[in-house]
Amino acid sequence: MNWWQRLWRRKQIEEHLEKELRFHLEQHTNELIAHGYSGSEARRLARLELGGPEQVKEQCRDARGTRWLEDLLQDMRYAVRMFTKNPGFAVVALLTLALGTGVTAVMFTVVNGVLLKPLPYHQPDRLVALHEKTETSNQFGNLWAFAYPNYIDCEKESQSLTMAAWRYNGGIITGPAGAEYIDAIQMSSELFSVLGVMLPLGRGFRAEDDHLASAPVAVISYNLWQRRFGGNPAAIGSSVVFDGQSYAVIGVAPAGFRVNDNDADIFTPLGQDPSPALQMRDRHPGIAVIARLHPGVTLDQARTELALIGRRLAQQYPQSNNGRGFVADPLRPEVGDVGATLWLLLGAVSLVLLIACVNVASLLLARAVSRERELAMRVALGAGRGRLVRQCLTESALLALLGGGLGIFLAASGIGPFVALWPGSLPRAQEIHLDWRVTLFAIAISLVSGILVGLAPALRAPSRDLERSLRAGGRTIAGNSRRLHSAFVISEVALAVVLLVAAAMLGGTLVQLSSVNPGLQYHNVLITRMAMSPTTLANPPILPAWKNALERARHLPGVESVALVDTVPLREGNNQLAYWPAPTMASPTDAPIALANSVTPDYLDVMRIPLLAGRFFDDDDRAGNELVVVIDDVLAKQAFGTQNPIGRRVWIPSTSSPFSPVREGADPVRVVGVVGHVRYWGLAGDDQAHVRAQFYYPFAQVWEPWLRRWSELMSIAVRTSVPPSSIVGPLRKELGGDQALYGIQTMEQLVSDSLARQRFLLLLFGIFAGLALLLACIGIYGVLAYLTSQRVPEIGVRIALGARPADVMWMVLRQGLGMILAGIGTGVIGAWAAGRVLQHLVEGMRPAGFSTFAITIPILIAAALFASVVPARRASRVDPMTALRQD
Amino acid sequence: MSEKSDLPQGTLDLLILKVVALGSVHGYAIAQRLQQVSRDVVQVPQGSLYPALHRLENRGLLAADWKETETGREAKFYRLTRKGRAQLDAEAASWKRLTEAVGLILRMAPEGAE
Repeated sequence: MNWWQRLWRRKQIEEHLEKELRFHLEQHTNELIAHGYSGSEARRLARLELGGPEQVKEQCRDARGTRWLEDLLQDMRYAVRMFTKNPGFAVVALLTLALGTGVTAVMFTVVNGVLLKPLPYHQPDRLVALHEKTETSNQFGNLWAFAYPNYIDCEKESQSLTMAAWRYNGGIITGPAGAEYIDAIQMSSELFSVLGVMLPLGRGFRAEDDHLASAPVAVISYNLWQRRFGGNPAAIGSSVVFDGQSYAVIGVAPAGFRVNDNDADIFTPLGQDPSPALQMRDRHPGIAVIARLHPGVTLDQARTELALIGRRLAQQYPQSNNGRGFVADPLRPEVGDVGATLWLLLGAVSLVLLIACVNVASLLLARAVSRERELAMRVALGAGRGRLVRQCLTESALLALLGGGLGIFLAASGIGPFVALWPGSLPRAQEIHLDWRVTLFAIAISLVSGILVGLAPALRAPSRDLERSLRAGGRTIAGNSRRLHSAFVISEVALAVVLLVAAAMLGGTLVQLSSVNPGLQYHNVLITRMAMSPTTLANPPILPAWKNALERARHLPGVESVALVDTVPLREGNNQLAYWPAPTMASPTDAPIALANSVTPDYLDVMRIPLLAGRFFDDDDRAGNELVVVIDDVLAKQAFGTQNPIGRRVWIPSTSSPFSPVREGADPVRVVGVVGHVRYWGLAGDDQAHVRAQFYYPFAQVWEPWLRRWSELMSIAVRTSVPPSSIVGPLRKELGGDQALYGIQTMEQLVSDSLARQRFLLLLFGIFAGLALLLACIGIYGVLAYLTSQRVPEIGVRIALGARPADVMWMVLRQGLGMILAGIGTGVIGAWAAGRVLQHLVEGMRPAGFSTFAITIPILIAAALFASVVPARRASRVDPMTALRQD
Repeated sequence: MSEKSDLPQGTLDLLILKVVALGSVHGYAIAQRLQQVSRDVVQVPQGSLYPALHRLENRGLLAADWKETETGREAKFYRLTRKGRAQLDAEAASWKRLTEAVGLILRMAPEGAE
C-alpha cells in the first residue's frame, strides 16, 4: 500500500487497527480465563498488559508515516468547520488579509517589473554597456557616450566582446497618409544579434548594409508594420520615406521590441548616416554601445582588454583621446528616479499589510481565549502540545492562504489601473505582469502572515496550565491576554499614525507647492515640437524657414505671439553649459554651469517672464553681430554679486560653445539684460536643483552649420487669447504639409504634471492611511468588545455594588483611551522617522510641522474613541442579575 | 516483573522479524512466542508491539493478510517479505558481531586487571 492509498483508505485502516487490537484482547482474555481467572478479572489484566488502547492506536498511526498529512487534512477540515460555524469572523479576517496581500502584491508586481526583472533579452547577464571615461572629471562627471570612430576601432580590435552601437534619431515619415513624426533608432548591423533578437519577418542588417555607400535599408517596428502596411508580409521589399530618404524595408522587429526601454518605429543602419560630426572623435553626437561577452570571457578580462585598446588609441589620436579610456559595466535597465518612489510605496503597503495582520491576529487571539476550555479539554484527552500548536497554525495559515489567493485575484485586477494612474510614463511598463515571481511572493507573504497571526494564539493556548483552565471555566483567565491585546491595538494605532502623518505631510506640501510662482504666466500657452520638412533641412539656410513658420503661426486668429525655444520650462530635457566669469580660467573643470536656452526675440513675451534690467533680444542680434546673452537673477547674483551685470561679459568655453567651431579658449558674450528666474526643474524640484542659474542666447546667433541639429531640438511656444487647445487644429493645417507637429502640450499641463508625482503619492498615501484608520478602528472595536465581554461578571458586581452606567462607560473608555494614547505616542516617533524618509525621497517635501500632527492626531483619536463607544455603552447596560448568573 | 530486564533499544524489531520468519503469525501469537522463547526473562511491552509491527509493515519488511485462525476467527497475519528477510539476515549478523565483541571484552577484563 503506498502513501496515498493509506491516505484514501483511512477509514478501512482505522477499522482494521481496531479489529486487530480487539482480537488481541479477546485472545488474551480467553487464555487468562483458561488459566482460571474470572471473566472480569481476565479482561482487566489483558487491558492492563496492552496499555491504553487509544495510546496504542495513536502510536500505530504515528508508525504509518503519513501521519502529518492526515493531521493536516484533519486540521483543515476542522478549520473549515470553525470558519463556517463563525462566518462573520471568517469573512472579516479573509477580507482583511486579502486587502493586505492584494495591495502588497500590486506594488510588488510593479517593483518586480520595473526594478527587479532582468532585461528582456537573451542571457541579459552577459550584456554590458560601454562608455568612454576620462581621467579627469568635470562638472558633468567623467563618463561619456562613445564617439563613432572610437566605437569602430574598439569593435575591430576586441576579442572578448561583440559590440553594437545605437543612437536615437527621430524624424518624419511621409506617405499618402501625410507626414508623421516617429521615433527612430540608428543602429550598427550587430545590434539585433547582440541582443539575441530574432526578427519575425524578413532579415536584420548585414555588415555590408552598414556603410555610407550602401543601398538605404530599414527595419520597421511591428507597430508601424501594422499601422502602415496592415500587417501585410508584402511590406518586405516595399519602401518607406523617412526624413526625405527612401528606404527599402528588409525586416520587421518583434512586437514590443525596445532598445533598453527606448521605443522606435524605424531602425536604420548607423553607418549610413552622412553627418560629418558622426565621424569626429570630439564634439560628436554620442552613441550608445552595448556588447555581449564572448562565451567564457569574464567582465574583468573584457575590461582589461578595453583599457589596452584605450591606451593604444590615446597614442594614435592624442588630440582627442589623451586621458580617455573605455569601460564596461553590466547593462542595467534605465529607470531614472522611479526606484525611490516604488520602494517608498512598497514600504507603505507593507505597513498596511502589517496592520491587517495585527488585526487578524487580535481576532484570532480573542477566539483562542474563548476556546481555552476546549483546548484544555483536548489536552486532557491526550492531545500533545505540538499537535495543538500545529492545529492553530494550520487554521491561520489556511486563512492567510485563502486571503492570499483572493489577494492575488485583487492584484491581477488592480495592476492595470495602477499603471494607468501612474503620472507620466512608467519605465518598462510593458514588463509589468503578474508572473510566477509575484505569485511566489504573494504565497510567501501569505504564509508568513499566516504564521505571524497564528503565533500568538498557538503558543499561548496550550501553554496554559491545564487544571486551572478547566476549573476557571473561562471566567477569570481573561486578564492574562489583556496585555497582548493592548499591544496589538497600540501597534495598530501607531502604524495608522505613521501613514496618516505621511499623508498629511504630502497634502501640506502639495498645497504649498501649488501656490508657488513658476516665474512665468502659464495660462494660454501652447508648446509644440515641429519636425522641419526634410527638404528644407537638406538645403540651408534654415533660419528663414523657421522665420516663415513663426510668421504664419502669428497670423492665425487667437494667436498673440510666437517664439522658438529649445528648453521648455518644466518639460523633460535640458541643455547645460559651463560659463567663465573671466576670459581665462585656471582650472576649466571648475567652471560654473548654467541652463542654456536658445530662443527667438518674442520668447519673453510668450512666457511673460518679467524683464528686470536691460533689454531682451531683437532682430539685430544675429550672426555677425556681437554675441549677446540675457541672464536670470540667479546667474546675475552668482557671477556679479551686487554689481550691475548689464554690459559686462562672460565667456562660453569653446569646447561646447554653440556660437563657433573653434577648439580653444572661450567665446566672449555680452550680458544685455536680466530676467526673472523660471522654475525649469518644476515647482517642487527647482529649489534643490543642482543647476539653477539660467541664461538665454539668440537662436539666430547659433553657428550656421549647427542649425540643422538645433532644429531638431526647437519647440514652438504660442501665446493665445483663446483656449490654447483650440488652435491645435488651425496650427497643424497652417504648418503641416511635409513637416509634422508632435509633442503638443499646454504650459498649464506641464505645470500640473510637475506636481503629478506628489499628487499621485498623496492619493495613494491617502488611501493607505484611510485603510489603516479603518482597520485600526475595527481592531480597537474588536478588542474592546472582547475584553469587555470577558469582564461582564465583574461589571455586574460593580453595578450591583452601586456603580452608575456612566462610571462603567468611563471605565471601558479609559481602557480604550490608554491604548490609543500609547499607540499615538509610539506612532509619532515612527512618523517622525517616516517623515525624514519622505523628505529624502520626495522632491519639495516639507518637514512634518506641528500643524501636521495637530490635524491628524485629533482625527485619529476621534475615530478610535468612536470605535470604543459601542462596547462601552454595551458594558454600561449590563444587567447585574444576568451577569452574575453567567456560567 | 522487576527481575526481568528491558529490551535493548532496537532489538524488538529484530526479534519480531525472527519470529515472523518462522511462519505467518498474528500479533497476539507473536507476543506469546516472544514471551515463551525469551523464557520470561525479557520484558516485551505489548503496548509497543503493535506500533513496531505497523512500522515494519510500513517499511515493507513485513506484509500482512487477514486470514482465519484455527478457531475460525479473523485475524491479521504477518509474514516476512524478501526485503524483510534480507534485513533480518543483516541485523542478525550484526547482532552476532556485536555480542561476540562485547563478550570478548568482558572476558578480557580479568587479564587487564593483572
